[in-house]
Formats: sequence, structure tokens, C-alpha cells
Amino acid sequence: MSIWEYANPKKFMQTSAWALPWVAGLSVVTLVMGLIWGFFFTPDDYKQGSTVKIIYLHVPAAMMAINAWVMMLLASLIWLIRRHHVSALAAKAAAPVGLTFTFIALVTGALWGQPMWGTWWAWDPRLTSFLILCLFYLGYIALWQAVDDPDTAADLTGVLCIVGSVFAVLSRYAVNFWNQGLHQGASLSLDKEENVSDVFWLPLVVCIVGFILMFLALVLMRTRTEIRARRLQALLTRERIA
Amino acid sequence: MELVVADIAVARGGLTVLEGVSFRLSSGQALVLRGPNGVGKTTLLRTLAGLQPAVGGTVNMAPESLCYGAHADGLKAVLTVAENLRFWAAIHGVDGVDDAMAQMNLTALRDRRAANLSAGQKRRLGLARLLVTGRPIWVLDEPTVSLDAASVQLFAGVLRGHLAAGGMALIATHIDLGLDEAAVLDLSPFKAALPKVARGGGFDEAFA
Amino acid sequence: MIALLTRDLQLAFRAGGGFGLGLAFFLLAAVLVPLGVGPEGATLAKIAPGILWVGALLACLLSLDRIFALDFEDGSLDLLATSPIPLEGVVAVKALAHWLVTGLPLTLVAPVLGVLLNLPGPGYPWLVASLAAGTPALSVIGAFGAALTVGIKRGGLLLSLLVLPLYVPTLIFGAEVVRRGAMGVDVAVPILLLSGITAGALALLPFAAAAAIRVNLR
Repeated sequence: MSIWEYANPKKFMQTSAWALPWVAGLSVVTLVMGLIWGFFFTPDDYKQGSTVKIIYLHVPAAMMAINAWVMMLLASLIWLIRRHHVSALAAKAAAPVGLTFTFIALVTGALWGQPMWGTWWAWDPRLTSFLILCLFYLGYIALWQAVDDPDTAADLTGVLCIVGSVFAVLSRYAVNFWNQGLHQGASLSLDKEENVSDVFWLPLVVCIVGFILMFLALVLMRTRTEIRARRLQALLTRERIA
Repeated sequence: MELVVADIAVARGGLTVLEGVSFRLSSGQALVLRGPNGVGKTTLLRTLAGLQPAVGGTVNMAPESLCYGAHADGLKAVLTVAENLRFWAAIHGVDGVDDAMAQMNLTALRDRRAANLSAGQKRRLGLARLLVTGRPIWVLDEPTVSLDAASVQLFAGVLRGHLAAGGMALIATHIDLGLDEAAVLDLSPFKAALPKVARGGGFDEAFA
Repeated sequence: MIALLTRDLQLAFRAGGGFGLGLAFFLLAAVLVPLGVGPEGATLAKIAPGILWVGALLACLLSLDRIFALDFEDGSLDLLATSPIPLEGVVAVKALAHWLVTGLPLTLVAPVLGVLLNLPGPGYPWLVASLAAGTPALSVIGAFGAALTVGIKRGGLLLSLLVLPLYVPTLIFGAEVVRRGAMGVDVAVPILLLSGITAGALALLPFAAAAAIRVNLR
């Protein structure tokens, strides 16, 4: 019994059918709890007023936008090395979710930036990096769409994901070099001194857990759809041949 | 020297089309592959040429000793006949451009641009490329398309010369080249069976 | 390999197209920007480094899809893939040929366009240096994008979408070199980073591009 057994589409479908309702349900519970806690039961910030509450959407979305790409990178590597179709399909399934998180992070950032910095958009390193990340997601999704043969598409997008990751990291440093920026430092870090204070911190962690679970649920659901679509395509092909 | 292909299986678009194909070819022998359209002749040749991986089976020769001739000739329209050939000769590190042109009856056309050649002349130029690769095993996909009867005879003569010099040839064709000595392999019996459909939604990595 | 390089150069010169087109585009960009922004020398001097770099980058982008697509269509790519030259070498040579017919001429005419855009005097040597150090990266990154999209019909737009994000670090450091050079500030850091990106891209991307071509030829 190895972990790779779950990469068998059949086994994956069985396991995910069982896990999906739990993951989805838990994500709804944690998100509702975290957001209500954050929005209604935390004090306003002494400088930022009630606008501070947008961090409960902004920070988790931004974290997951990056984590989704990392997950796609790992899934692509697994596909390229071990040739498990489920892995490639999971990477494909995660991309639009990651893109959506990137959008949420950009939009909530703009909504918050307008009252705080007095502008919807600034060419701040973090903002710029997210815009570039957004372009990477678009290119990745577009390449999946453009290639007809599913295995070819999986290989090409896998290579793009690896090369793109290297260039995304390079871009991050380049952008930092290019402009020092307005954006505050990390909201969460292991160095307790830099953290936001405890009243904001706990509901934020709950929201982050909720976003992680939501990401998992969405990716599981979308991967299941992709597997079914592949199965359908394979059956149609064999019907054409027979 | 001998080419041994053992139990090879090839796939197109993720679906195995041929399986269990085996044959041997020694110096001076030619093998003609036959089979209806879509049976997988091109796929088999591309697999042997190293352009795509085989699903199973073994080939004892590295793709480096094979010379692949496809439907498309890989000619550049703005280069002359001699320039086109000289390029491929340089890539393969071989001389003999003039000889190749003489053999394929192209010497008179040597300074004409490939854009101004007729379809048959282009094909002759494409086949002349085989002579400047210096590789012993020719793997040809429908080499006689758009050649007239005289050119087919010319090419058959060149092919005999190649075989007489110890070369080998593997040819997918529908036309009779007049190579009586060539063995014929019909690929139809090797058509791959479709994988069984598992009932009740069970399926594996092949999705079918 | 030399034969492949000479053939690609011959093709570029005889077919026209790419060679002149990129330069013409670069020239047009440098002429249109002042028409759009206004003739004030101070404004132009300020934006000149960025405009010249963006112009060079877009001019480079124009001819990328021809790197492999033509060879793919006429079957040469199949034959090259089965030839004794490793595919990685083919990619590197084709990227070099692309650079010789686009990047190098762009680098050479850039100072003239710098005059049109009122680039401050100390910026000129750094403009040439940064383009010379950065445009090879544009060609080889572009070759990678072209390798990914070689099997796709009308892949030009997709190619731009894939390649432009990859161009970001090169653009940032390249333009930064010229900006700092024009202001007379020390340029060592950005030009070293720019050269580093170029060196890294030249060393690694031919392998990724060759892998993509193999997948596309399957």
C-alpha cells in the first residue's frame, strides 16, 4: 500500500467521493465562523478603522494564490516524473482557482488601498508581483486550452509551470529591486514581534484554515470533473475507432 | 549488421494502435510495410525514427542509424536545390552532394530555387537528401507520392544501389516499386485490441 | 551547427520579413511615443530608457513565432530532430540566429533612437551595453515560448501571453541599467543581475525548449 495508489483515477474517485463532502462542509463552517468573528467581533483598528477587516479576505486569498501555484508546480513535477494522469489533471484543475484567489487578493487590496493609501492602485512590489502572477496563471490556463491532445497539453504546461516558477521568483526579486513600496510587511510571521495583534490574529488564522479547506474542496471537485471529462473523451475515441 | 524489431507497440493520440510487431532486416534487405489507411504505418515509422516513444517492445538499433523520410520534404523554398542538399549534408557531416544530385537527376536544376520546382521535382530533391545522410537504414513514408513512372523507376534504382552497398530500407507504400526482392509485411494483423471497458465506472490510468 | 546557423541567416535575409520588420517596429515605437507624450525634452529624457527597452522587447516578440513554426510546417523540424545534432543545440543555434537578426541590429540602432527620445548623454553606452547583455535572454526565452506553441495553429497571440511574463525580470533590470546610467549613478548591480539572468537563461532554457519540441513532435 503506497501513497501512489491514490494516483490511480479509480482509487482517487472513490477516495475523493468520500472526502469531498467533509472537506467542503468543514470549509463552509470555518469560513462562516472566521468571517463572522472577524467582521463583527473584533475591534476597529486605531489607525485603519473598520477597513482593517478586509484582511480576513485579503490575506488568506493572497496566501492561497501563491500556494495554489506551488501546488501546481508539485503536481506538474509528479506528472512529469511519475506520469500519473490525476496529478496533471489536478494541476489543471487548480489553475482557475488560483487565478480567482489572485483576483480576490487584487480587488480586496484595491478596495482597502483606496481609503488607506488614497489610491486604487500603486506600483508597489507586492501588488505588481500579484499582477505578474495573474499573467502567469492566464498563460498557463491558455496553454491548456490551446493544445488538443491531453497528454501533450499536460507535458507542455508542466514544463511551462517549472520554468514559470523560476521566472516568477526572479520577477519577485526584480520588482523588489525596482520599487521599495508602500505595502506593510507580513501579517503573519514566526517572529511574534512583527505580527498583527492577537485580537485580529485568531480569527485570521481561522479564515486562513477556511480558505485552505475551500481550495482543497474546489480542487477536488474540479479534478473529479476533469477525470470524468477525460474518461468521456477516451470512451468517445474508442467508439470512433471501433 | 541487422535491424531487429521485437514485439513493438506504438500509440497515436494516447491510444495503442499497433502491438506485437516484430521483424528482422539484414544488410541489403528491404521491407515494404502495407496496411489500410490509419492502421499506424506512419506512427510505427516515427517511433522507429525516435520521434516518439514506443509503448512496448524493443529495437536493437539506436535511432541514429536510421534516416527518416517523411511526407514533408523539409525543403526551404528560398534556397536552391544545391543549397538545400548541402545543408543536410553538412548537418550529417557527409559529402556527396553532386553525386546525390546526379543520382536523382537533379543536376540540371541545381541552381533553381526550391520554390520553382514542380511537386515531383521537390520529391526527388527530398529523396536525394537520403543519399547525403550517410545512414544505413532508410525509413521511408510513402516515398513515391507525386513521382511519375520514370521517377519511380529512377528512385527504385537508387534504392537498389543503396541496398547493394549494404544498406537497408523500411518503406511504407501502396505503390509497387518494382523491388521484387523486398519482403512485404502487412500490418493489419497487428492492429491493437481496444482495452476492455470496465463496467461500473472502474477504470485505470488509460481512462477507458 | 554552423551549417544550421548559416542556413537560418540565409533564410532570414532572403525572405526579408523578420529582419527589417523588427527594426521598423522599433523605429515606429520611438517615433510614436513623443507624438503621444508631447515634445518636452525633460519628460522624454525621463521615459526614454523605459520606452527604448519596451520597444526593443516588443520588436523582438514580433518574429518569435517564426523560430520553429516554419521548420515545423515544412517537416524540417522532424528531420532536424532525427539528425546527429542534439535538439538542445538546434534550439541554441536558432535562438542565436534570431538574436543576430533582431537583437543585435536593435542594439546597434538603439543609440540613434535614443537621440530622438532625448536620452541624456551618459546613458548611451549603458543603453548599448544593457541591450547587448539583455537581448540574448529575450531571444532564448522567446525560443522557449516558440517551442511550447510550435504545434498550435495561430499560436502567435498565445506565444506573446506566455513569453511576456517571462520577460519581466529582463525588462526591469535592463531599463534600470539605462535609467541609472542616464542619471550617472552606479550601474554595477543591475547590469550584473541582467547578465546573470541572460547567462542562466542561455544555460538552462535550451533544455526546456528541446523537451517541449520533443513533446510537440510526438
